[in-house]
Amino acid sequence: MDLNLTAEELTFRDELRTWLASNVPKDWNEWREKPIEESFQYLRAWQQKLHEGRWAAVSWPKEYGGRSATLMQQALFWEEMARVDAPPMANSLGLGLIGPTIIACGTEAQKKRYIPKILSAEEIWCQGFSEPNAGSDLAGLQTEARLDGDHYIVNGQKVWTSYGWVGDWCELVVRTDASAAKHKGLTVILVDMKSPGVEVRPLRQMTGESEFNELFFRDVRVPLENILGKANDGWNVAMSTLMYERGSYGARLHLIFKRYITRLIELSRTIQRNGRPAAEDPLIRQKLAQCSAEIEIMRFNQMRAFSRITATGVPGPEGSIQKLFWSELNQRLQQVAQELLGSYGQLLGGDPRAIDKGIWSYAYLRTRGNTIEAGTSEVQRNIIGHFVLGLPRSY
Amino acid sequence: MQFGLTESQAFLKDSARKFFAGECPSTEMRRLMETDTAYDAALWSKLTDQGYTGIIFPEAYSGVGLGKVELMLLMEEAGRALLPGPFFSTVVLAGSVLEAVGTPASKEKYLAPICRGEVRATVAILEAGASWNPRDIQLGAANGKLTGEKLFVSDAAIADFLLVVARNGVFVVDSKARGLKISPMSAMDLTRKLYVVELSNTPAEEIGPATALPRAFDVATAALAAELVGGMQRSLEITVEYAKTRKQFGKPIGMFQAVQHQCADMYLETESSRSAVYYAGWALQENSPDAAAAVSVAKMYASDAGRTVGNRGIQIHGGMGFTWENDLHLYYRRAKASETAFGDATYHRERIASMVIDSGSISARGA
Repeated sequence: MDLNLTAEELTFRDELRTWLASNVPKDWNEWREKPIEESFQYLRAWQQKLHEGRWAAVSWPKEYGGRSATLMQQALFWEEMARVDAPPMANSLGLGLIGPTIIACGTEAQKKRYIPKILSAEEIWCQGFSEPNAGSDLAGLQTEARLDGDHYIVNGQKVWTSYGWVGDWCELVVRTDASAAKHKGLTVILVDMKSPGVEVRPLRQMTGESEFNELFFRDVRVPLENILGKANDGWNVAMSTLMYERGSYGARLHLIFKRYITRLIELSRTIQRNGRPAAEDPLIRQKLAQCSAEIEIMRFNQMRAFSRITATGVPGPEGSIQKLFWSELNQRLQQVAQELLGSYGQLLGGDPRAIDKGIWSYAYLRTRGNTIEAGTSEVQRNIIGHFVLGLPRSY
Repeated sequence: MQFGLTESQAFLKDSARKFFAGECPSTEMRRLMETDTAYDAALWSKLTDQGYTGIIFPEAYSGVGLGKVELMLLMEEAGRALLPGPFFSTVVLAGSVLEAVGTPASKEKYLAPICRGEVRATVAILEAGASWNPRDIQLGAANGKLTGEKLFVSDAAIADFLLVVARNGVFVVDSKARGLKISPMSAMDLTRKLYVVELSNTPAEEIGPATALPRAFDVATAALAAELVGGMQRSLEITVEYAKTRKQFGKPIGMFQAVQHQCADMYLETESSRSAVYYAGWALQENSPDAAAAVSVAKMYASDAGRTVGNRGIQIHGGMGFTWENDLHLYYRRAKASETAFGDATYHRERIASMVIDSGSISARGA
């Protein structure tokens, strides 16, 4: 065990720090609270700038515009980005999930065609996986692609699609062989969202925003050259995308949570409870301490998982607890925030008396999605039970 | 940055596991817990041969000179085997107190024999108020004599000497000293016996001020958390094995999600405790500014997790989990005793609060 940064890690971090110091936008605070539809061009420009500095996709291999960064360096990247409060990048799914999948499974022609524009944010990507009747049971999806000469004809519906409203391209999982066993008849295709027959509708979520969309496909023609990987091997391609989903995301979250708890501690010094600052209330102290400690443990788990992957090349068992840990921790953390803020906790951003522009009411509602998106807590526990502990499959 | 075990650390952990499996299997553990002191001289000499009795202490005092991470690994494996007897009291607790508080001469006199496996020892801390806060200690020394009562003193009856924490210093009391009375307390954990220590004008030798105690207590606290991790690991293994083989409604019960998800939570709690304990060991070894906070994070989490892992394990076992013959309750008893020893989760949350709310942050190194 050695938790000091290596020389390479220090060099990486310092180079990034220097670059960020002169390039991170100073006016992000003016944009942060605006709807993403308004700030999207801003986020595109920021990604373009990162790309010019070769910082847009540090985990990608060098030959595709990345830095072949180790997991630890990726974690450092997100920590530094959070430290300077950098805006997010516009094409986050393209950079985080879909680009790596194309690099791993795509043809040379596909890599040449798609990769550069993912990096530059010229083409925004979305992901068509879940369906109204295929959520946790993803392999039960029904969107069908029928062969017609050198094209597929796609019909069906997808749901919970982030960036659907702005997407130029979609990584779409479709059923290409209805007679095969459910995992075997799937194919991943790359679909131009401007194709005739594609319709995008906003899906309003319980927070009031529309982060997600519903996608409808009616006789959409997709050339066969847009198959990613092999036909009827879509399950494996889709799984490799989901694996990236669990990559270094936690490093970002750790700093976001850390910022939450630091702010709550600050607020506890001024909020009054029983005639004295909440910071002196024993119960509030217990709860803030519990959250602080768990946020630290989340990072320790993460570092252990990264070290395991680095040493063995495969994610270790402790990696599987990350999603479960952070999503449930965030719910506990936001509940503590609500207890601390009392009646003020419910105020929305538009209210002049809202604390911190209403981020706490928003975060409280938003965390309900955390234990559902990217694999529900129930699915995570199934994965641990079956794949880690070796218990018989329960479904 | 590398948060994994080095080759030699992995080797130490593996050989400790094999050692305890061979020398202290469940049958032996159960035999010892039925004895008065849970101490076995033959087992002690084997622990000594392994170098475990001197593991973290300097070679100058016959120690092995390994680090705190290594201590965590050894204690994890000792906890997994539910090692009975005075190893924690003697080596981890008394040894760390001597190292932190003692002069070179007193270390030569008391620590070196511990490392060489020649003596057993313990530390008497709690009083009637049962507070782990050193500020609450009442007992004081006058003219080199101690008078008062200490409670919950582990393994006192088998100790050759006791370190007594007084208001005004740390003192060594010989087990044969006059005015010393040691009587057993009847407590849940059968593998680590607790005693009342009464001192009545008992001659004592001062070895140093109490000011250096927090550091020694931090090492002991982290080691206790490591031991809890080992207990959780074993409880998880026993439970998963049972869930795979026990059949009801024609299926292994581990196929039911109500059971499987509890196993997954046991795993999450065990692994998270382990991460926190390893970090604490590293922070102590490096004298990191956040070492004390890291110890509290580990003990806080492991105290609660040790109990909930036990709760879940017993529940999943159904009636079998409630029997004497199943080992789970022995781990559960130890977990309850260790939960309160050196401060329960509530105590450590308040300690964390005093660090993060009242002064600065507990930011981890490498962040």
